[in-house]
Amino acid sequence: MALGLPENIFLTRLDAAANWARTNSLWPMPFATACCGIELMATAASRHDLARFGAEVMRFSPRQCDLLIVAGRVVMKMLPVLQRIWLQMPEPKWCMSMGACACSGGVFDTYAVVQGVDRFIPVDMYVPGCPPRPEQLLKAFIDLQEKIRQTGTLNGREFLERTRPEGPRPLEPDEVRRIREALP
Amino acid sequence: MIDLSPVREKLGPDAWTTSEFRGNFRLHVAADKLAACLACLKDDCGFDMLVDITAVDYLNYAGARDRFGVVYALLNTASGQRIYVKTAVNEPDLRLPSVFPLWKGADWMEREVYDMFGIEFAGHPDLRRILMPDEFTAFPLRKDYPLRGRGERHNFPVIARAES
Repeated sequence: MALGLPENIFLTRLDAAANWARTNSLWPMPFATACCGIELMATAASRHDLARFGAEVMRFSPRQCDLLIVAGRVVMKMLPVLQRIWLQMPEPKWCMSMGACACSGGVFDTYAVVQGVDRFIPVDMYVPGCPPRPEQLLKAFIDLQEKIRQTGTLNGREFLERTRPEGPRPLEPDEVRRIREALP
Repeated sequence: MIDLSPVREKLGPDAWTTSEFRGNFRLHVAADKLAACLACLKDDCGFDMLVDITAVDYLNYAGARDRFGVVYALLNTASGQRIYVKTAVNEPDLRLPSVFPLWKGADWMEREVYDMFGIEFAGHPDLRRILMPDEFTAFPLRKDYPLRGRGERHNFPVIARAES
């Protein structure tokens, strides 16, 4: 239909407008625990600039951030802290698990390292690598922006639908067997 | 060679043995003579720096007499000599005197040995876990503790997206 709109007006949906605003201003909360933290700093530095894509400031307060980037291995002593940081972030929020250790425990299949933060935190984007190259982290950031653009809503309805935990079950069969053997 | 004549005078010649391999000089002493030996090494032989305290679990080691060996690495900062003092501890009495009065650096080193092996140090000002969480119940670096743990690493509440 021929609407006589002037050139400085365009029509869109509220969801799309909200998504545009959110994707282009995803402020990360860097939860850098280990070596991937260095790579995250490199991505935010001048050569591979994360701020080009909207991650203008890395606020170290979770109250002011949208995107939690878990970079590095998370030990069992740190996991309650990570959960608390995640709960302190206001909606809408997303989580990116950076590096092999945050995705699955990496090379550290030991008694103290959590085998993937997605067992206890809802994760939206996984970045493999040990550590991932800055270009890989940038690509994951762009992919997350694309995901938000396609599935995001104004009032966060898509988060309320994810009622089940999506990661692997925390206690796997041989851990159950080891627990059973350990009990007197 | 290191001059151990002060140790020989104070403890007698048969309370300790030495061994040496390619410049690595060791002194083996029993647990009840340990405090006197280390004090003598610090005061009289000039080993003024405690580099590290660690422990070894000989559970499955062929030909081992004792369950745990505790190793003290000392350094003479004036001459650059290093010596390793080794004692043996057995179950059920896993106690050793703390060397915190001699070297203040032993504070965290003994906490680490306690956390990882369960060896207690009498006279330590604050003997609690340092690496593992406080509510951890096992001693991880013992040989009968599995590498992947007994499920403690995944014993946490799961947060789903809708509730966070």
